[in-house]
Amino acid sequence: MPKHFKAFARRQEFWLAILFAVLFVGLSIARPNFLSLQNGVDLISSYAYTGILVSAMLVVLVAGGIDMSFAAVATVAQYAALTVANSWDIGWLGVLLIAAAIGIILGVINGLLINILGLSAIIVTIATQSVIFGLVLTATKGQDIFSLPGWFTDGVAIPFHTTLDGYQYFINVQMIGLAVALALTWFVLNRTNVGRQIYAMGGNVEAARRIGYNVFRLNLFVYGYMGLAAGLASIVHAQYNMSVSPTALVGRELDVIAAAFLGGASATGGSGTILGVVLGIALVAVVQNGLTLLGVSSYWSQFFTGIIIVVAVASMARDVRRRWYDNPGAA
Amino acid sequence: MPLSLGFLRRLDATYLRLSLLLVVLAICLGGLIGDRLFGELGLRSMAYQMPELGLLALAQMVALLSGGFDLSIIATADLSALTMAFILTSIPPEAAGLVYAGWIGLALLCGIAVALVAGLFNGILIGYLRISPILATLGSMTLIKGIAVALSHGSVISGFPAAIVFLGNGSLVGIPMPLVIFACAAAPLGIFLGRTPLGIKIAMFGSSERALRFSGFDTGRVAIGIYMLTALLAFMAGLLMMARFDSANAAYGESYLLVTVLACVLGGIDPAGGFGKVGGLVLALVILQIISTACVVLGLSQFLTLTLWGAILIAVGGSGALREILHNLGDSLRRHPG
Repeated sequence: MPKHFKAFARRQEFWLAILFAVLFVGLSIARPNFLSLQNGVDLISSYAYTGILVSAMLVVLVAGGIDMSFAAVATVAQYAALTVANSWDIGWLGVLLIAAAIGIILGVINGLLINILGLSAIIVTIATQSVIFGLVLTATKGQDIFSLPGWFTDGVAIPFHTTLDGYQYFINVQMIGLAVALALTWFVLNRTNVGRQIYAMGGNVEAARRIGYNVFRLNLFVYGYMGLAAGLASIVHAQYNMSVSPTALVGRELDVIAAAFLGGASATGGSGTILGVVLGIALVAVVQNGLTLLGVSSYWSQFFTGIIIVVAVASMARDVRRRWYDNPGAA
Repeated sequence: MPLSLGFLRRLDATYLRLSLLLVVLAICLGGLIGDRLFGELGLRSMAYQMPELGLLALAQMVALLSGGFDLSIIATADLSALTMAFILTSIPPEAAGLVYAGWIGLALLCGIAVALVAGLFNGILIGYLRISPILATLGSMTLIKGIAVALSHGSVISGFPAAIVFLGNGSLVGIPMPLVIFACAAAPLGIFLGRTPLGIKIAMFGSSERALRFSGFDTGRVAIGIYMLTALLAFMAGLLMMARFDSANAAYGESYLLVTVLACVLGGIDPAGGFGKVGGLVLALVILQIISTACVVLGLSQFLTLTLWGAILIAVGGSGALREILHNLGDSLRRHPG
């Protein structure tokens, strides 16, 4: 047990957990309504979109890649699925299938281009982001969709708790989406052959190739998975906001990537865990929520997020320094 | 000279490819809408628009050349523009003549100082704490933008002295000022990167940081030099943006962030570091600007510009990959005839 603890204490997750616990206890004492069930439900619902994307981004980062195009992919999936839903009665299954299919197709195209072009993933996905986003804005003329089908905006509401005075709390679409994404990503990374191959590929592509892993196919899987998550997250986002806007998602990609890095995913690939990612998002969410509850002007929230990222990244420095010597100059 | 020959061939290939692309574009578009695109009005509008992205791309280029990345350039540009804007709008109305010029000078100095502090911060994170550049600048970007939003409350500061507005909208002997400013940044930068010890060390840093350190150089100090240089170029971009719009805001130019990387890679800057020239980037910027202006002249959606820019990068990358495949195919055919 102590041996395991020592190993855990050296990891990014340990420090995140401590920081999170300190903030959590501090806020609970300072602002009792922080601990309220309603606040928890609100927090999870508003961070579900980011959370789903961060869990898929973890897979991409573990594989040693990066994806800048997922927000553009999510925009296409969202717009297409709900435009169809507005004309035909396709139901939840139809909406999810369309969004997932679009996400997977665009993701696989990313994977193909990264495999073929011989350019780094960041460059290829910046290019595909430009192409996709430009086309979406041209096709939609930048117009929002405000009216969505009633069954969609009603969403899902499964009561899970009733207070003494009869107030009910519901499990909503956002919670289900987030739980599924986290569980699926954990399963893929830790309990499947493909997941372990992804860690191996991220650690050392050449070694993975020589062992006989099919790097080409692994890349298709990784970027396809990111696309799938983008498609599903886009539906969760549309349901939460009750509207679809082609300009709402693109431009905020770096928030997702920052949360993944904050959770200890390595910029050079090969490491990162779901636990770290959950703690990373939770930390950002609790800090921003806490600032609001403490009455700090919302103009300062980005500043504090920045401080957290810089401090977390600097605390990882020792670990990164070792990696830098092994693989100098890697971004 | 055998050592530098491969390097020369590589540069030539970039220049050749970009020049070819430029000629094809000029002929195709020239035949179609040449009088409007390459007429005085078209050229002038291009000369006013290109330098904004151009200066930011130059900043990104220095970071890419060193094998790094700088995601914080636009946040830095905006924060330094806001600082200048704040000072410029608090000049007392009775200030005139030399005092007035002094205030403007003070504003510029403060703008430079803010940018250099941001660059120093990045340099320390990357050079001494050895955080990978993309991570470090992602953090500093959020932090710097956070400061800008917190201090300006997201508002727009406008109404600057005529001298500042002139930088963005005036012209010098018929040449638009933005282009003059861009040339004043690009030409010295080209000489600096190619001919001075620090400039060459930046490319060496990109090729192999370890080799540079084992050659006895203080790589931490080189990293600080790199990111202070990108910050200085970001300051120039910030100055140009505020001069052109006659206003400053914490979110100006944000959509340029990923496009700067696109322009650099199109211009033959190796994102893995070590190789690339200012000339290639300038050619790429001209190509991107011609496409953008042509879209406007043709009455196409402005968003289509973004699509075409991305498609061109993929096509240029694809042509390299295609040549490699054909080359390999030729090799194997020669080895196994029939």
